[in-house]
Amino acid sequence: MSDQHTLLAARSVTKTFTKRSQTVTAVNDVSFELPAGGSLGIIGESGSGKSTLVRIVIGLETADRGSFLYRGEEHKLDLRRSRRQRLTDARRMQIVFQDPTVSLDPRETLRESLSRILHLHYNLSGPSAASRIRELTGAVGLTERQADALPSQLSGGQKQRVAIARALSVEPEILILDEAVSALDVSVQAQILNLLNDLRAKLGLSYLFVSHDLSVVQYVTDHAIVMRRGQVVEAGDTRSVLSNPQHPYTKLLLASVPAPGWSPDAAVLLRRELEATEVPA
Amino acid sequence: MPLLSIRGLSLSISGRRGTNVVLTDVSFDVDEGECVALVGESGSGKSMTTKCIVGAQPEGSEISGSVDFAGTDITRASRSTLLRMRRAEVAMIYQDPRSGINPIQRVGDFVVEAVVASGALTQQAARTRAIELMRAVRLRNPEQIMMRYPFELSGGMLQRVMIVSALMGSPRLLLCDEPTTALDVTNQAEVVNILGDLQKKRRLAMVFITHDLDLAAAISDRVCVMRDGRIVESGTTSQVLNAPSHPYTKALLSSRPTLGGDTATRLPTIAETLAAEGAER
Repeated sequence: MSDQHTLLAARSVTKTFTKRSQTVTAVNDVSFELPAGGSLGIIGESGSGKSTLVRIVIGLETADRGSFLYRGEEHKLDLRRSRRQRLTDARRMQIVFQDPTVSLDPRETLRESLSRILHLHYNLSGPSAASRIRELTGAVGLTERQADALPSQLSGGQKQRVAIARALSVEPEILILDEAVSALDVSVQAQILNLLNDLRAKLGLSYLFVSHDLSVVQYVTDHAIVMRRGQVVEAGDTRSVLSNPQHPYTKLLLASVPAPGWSPDAAVLLRRELEATEVPA
Repeated sequence: MPLLSIRGLSLSISGRRGTNVVLTDVSFDVDEGECVALVGESGSGKSMTTKCIVGAQPEGSEISGSVDFAGTDITRASRSTLLRMRRAEVAMIYQDPRSGINPIQRVGDFVVEAVVASGALTQQAARTRAIELMRAVRLRNPEQIMMRYPFELSGGMLQRVMIVSALMGSPRLLLCDEPTTALDVTNQAEVVNILGDLQKKRRLAMVFITHDLDLAAAISDRVCVMRDGRIVESGTTSQVLNAPSHPYTKALLSSRPTLGGDTATRLPTIAETLAAEGAER
């Protein structure tokens, strides 16, 4: 049983894909707990299963085995659930993807998009919708003019703010960020990371923060799991995982991050050692 | 005399909406066996600089200054000179290996194609050389990889294939445009290690473009920091990283979260650092 402070818990979640008679276990017996108001990092490289895991959480994929508990009750995203249930689920969690150019409708401004969402979820229109739109636009640091711009007229960082504003519009309890700052220039990345920390402090949001970038994970999360080939190889509070890693893979990840005085040689050695102990994928 | 010497390179593109100045007074040298990193954010002019080095600047652009490669001014070179140079003396690798390879051609056919077509090597000699180079970039079972299609290889493997393809013609200068940005960190470490190795062993001159100063530090001898089409600071890598003199370089260095760094404080964005330094934008 999870205690009452746990907002979302995953219990032994497993997902297998079969392609041309080859079976890949993308997510293998993964469990985690996200405390209310907490921020959990999901660290891993491509193919680690981190994106599949959050796609299952948000309902874009279904797990073969395992379950999720939301505030201690079973959380199941049935494809045939009612419209009402879908709206309720949408207000629990929202997701922001890596590339806003792909995830935003190129024909729709932020204002149009928010109007539609606010009407759908809260039946808001007119002045009350307008004032909520002003609030959301301001919360992510965009101007009224930018709210009326098409995605193509905005920069990468501005588009990512649009995606975040849309996600926040339904007041979700959990915001899933899937490599949401990875494609941004460092100066824009700094702004978005500050924004995420501010929003969590102000709104009491919880984050599931998927990233391969260890220093970014350290900046926005309290706890973290490290995934490799579908499995959690290490879990703990972010600072100790990253300052005192136990698993060889976590050590390799850390040795691979360029930093002052860094040389790739140590990482190359650690990788050889790790691969020697593993069965080839 | 340096192998590559760029002096006062400026480039502007005139369009219906007026003239867009892309590069202003860019000057730097690259010696044989030396690696120079160009560091900056998107739109800083790093990639355009490398385009000018191979004479591939956009059609209709105004170019002034000189790009001297082994005694030839590229900005005034004839088409046949440019083609000869690109075939035998200068090679490039890019960020996304998948966009630079024919998806329906076997990897082996792709890597030997250019040198065989130019008559530099026979089919047999080219295949032997490709297999040698694949060993040098630590691809296991090169004979088997030659028979594969690009979709069967991971991003890290494919980028190593691109390095092989770039080195087939025994170039003297290798231009690397964010060659590891699309790769996982552990693959990035491997590729950086391989490039450093090749560069030393073959006395290759290299221009390495990246947005990551710490990564630049690991591979380059000298660094040029670019912003808005200008080099704002240049010097030996340790000089620029350990004692940056330009406010923009300082801002770039401080806007990224660091492992083990303070997570309680806000990240200074580039604009904030510049304002604090009292520098104009």
